[in-house]
Amino acid sequence: MSDTRYTEDHEWARLEGDDTATVGITDFAQEQLGDIVFIELPTVGEAFDAGEELAVIESVKAAAELKSPLSGTVIEVNEELEDSPETVNMHPTEDGWFCRVKIQDTEEFEELMGSDEYSDYLSNLE
Amino acid sequence: MLKTPLHRLHIELGAKMGPFAGYEMPLWYPDKILAEHHHTRTASSVFDISHMGQASIIGAQGANELEALIPTCLEDLPINGMRYCCLTNEQGGILDDLIVSRLGNRYHLVMNAARKGHDLQHLRENLSDCEVLEQTDHALIAFQGPLASEVLHRFCPEACDLDFMTISEFRISGVDCIVSRSGYTGEDGFEISIPAQGATELVAELLGEPQVKPAGLGARDSLRLEAGLRLYGQDMDTGTTPVEAGIDWTISKARRAGGTRAGGFPGSDIILRQLDNGTDRKLAGLVLDGKAPARTGAQIVLGDGRVIGHVTSGTVAPSFGAPVAMGYVASKQAVPGNEVNILLRGKAHAAKVVRLPFIRHRYHKID
Repeated sequence: MSDTRYTEDHEWARLEGDDTATVGITDFAQEQLGDIVFIELPTVGEAFDAGEELAVIESVKAAAELKSPLSGTVIEVNEELEDSPETVNMHPTEDGWFCRVKIQDTEEFEELMGSDEYSDYLSNLE
Repeated sequence: MLKTPLHRLHIELGAKMGPFAGYEMPLWYPDKILAEHHHTRTASSVFDISHMGQASIIGAQGANELEALIPTCLEDLPINGMRYCCLTNEQGGILDDLIVSRLGNRYHLVMNAARKGHDLQHLRENLSDCEVLEQTDHALIAFQGPLASEVLHRFCPEACDLDFMTISEFRISGVDCIVSRSGYTGEDGFEISIPAQGATELVAELLGEPQVKPAGLGARDSLRLEAGLRLYGQDMDTGTTPVEAGIDWTISKARRAGGTRAGGFPGSDIILRQLDNGTDRKLAGLVLDGKAPARTGAQIVLGDGRVIGHVTSGTVAPSFGAPVAMGYVASKQAVPGNEVNILLRGKAHAAKVVRLPFIRHRYHKID
């Protein structure tokens, strides 16, 4: 069973294997942003600290950022998003993933919110 | 947060609401900005713009007194005519851009939401022989798109005889409205001032027609940007003159040097001199290579890195998919075809200066 965790900034990270996580934004985040028209992805090999800007997300209206939910090194990016950024609106947690990261510290992952906790967090926002 | 008379309807329609100029306004509805944008370009959309200021100027000296604040000729404005113009300050800067219409023996003004308080005070301080009445009991909607006229014809055929930039009073579904053929999208369309009480019913009736959908402020912004229409507070403000902002056509011939009523408006010496000698900078249209949009504040540079200006509005144009922007650049560089760079997150992106608007206006003009 895949383990997905969430940040307060509405990013998700899904653990795949022992030290690899896939990263994206949640359905709530895409709904808030509206139509996404451009995504600037990181470069494979780039290293990030948790909370650092990992990608730029531009909607028709404004620019936003995806902050890295975890510290680690980018090992793969979803190049499809460069031509079809709207995929993030349609399938934010599946085909709309941003990148895969080799993570430094699995404890960082454990500290993120689980899905129940994130649901509670969302309902408190509304 | 202030609410417009249509607030409840927006909630019922599932709008994403957000703050704008002190009002809680619909940013987009469930179809979202791109679909609303395309629907406006191909069919018709209703926008709530009740946050904008509406006022009447009443007094025999109306035109005269307004001309002392505005570089546009109003003395010869015919009944049912309307003109786009600017209130200027002593430095020639733009205090606000607004529409002045002539309805019977009064002048009807539509002002920017964020500036209406300021404008009304400015008008009251300066129009000594006129009464300035703010109309707070009316909603204002924009009904825009190539099918707007066809749809409005079902409710009020007479209103569809209006030509671009004319205005009149009509009864629509039993409600007394002020209808003008104008808008902020580059498309044919109308702006309709409706008494607050009857506004929701009338808008719901329009939305009941299959060719009509609601659109929010998000689409209003992308539509106006493609149409090259300036947004006050972004593309112009008290520190930019109408000449710099490229709306010098609002300065009527009669108000220019050698005209029958030359000058006589705030900042006229500066503005008239700029009309003769040009300005150091100008608002330019820009189309970027690639896909990344340039946003407000992005620096515009030359190949050698020299900064020549900055972006004031920008997005990815929904109608043709390319990033477009407006921004101030050194006048020497504001030549269509000229190649510049725009700095986005520290990287230079190639861009070309183009003539505004980005899309052709499709107004209803009877020649």
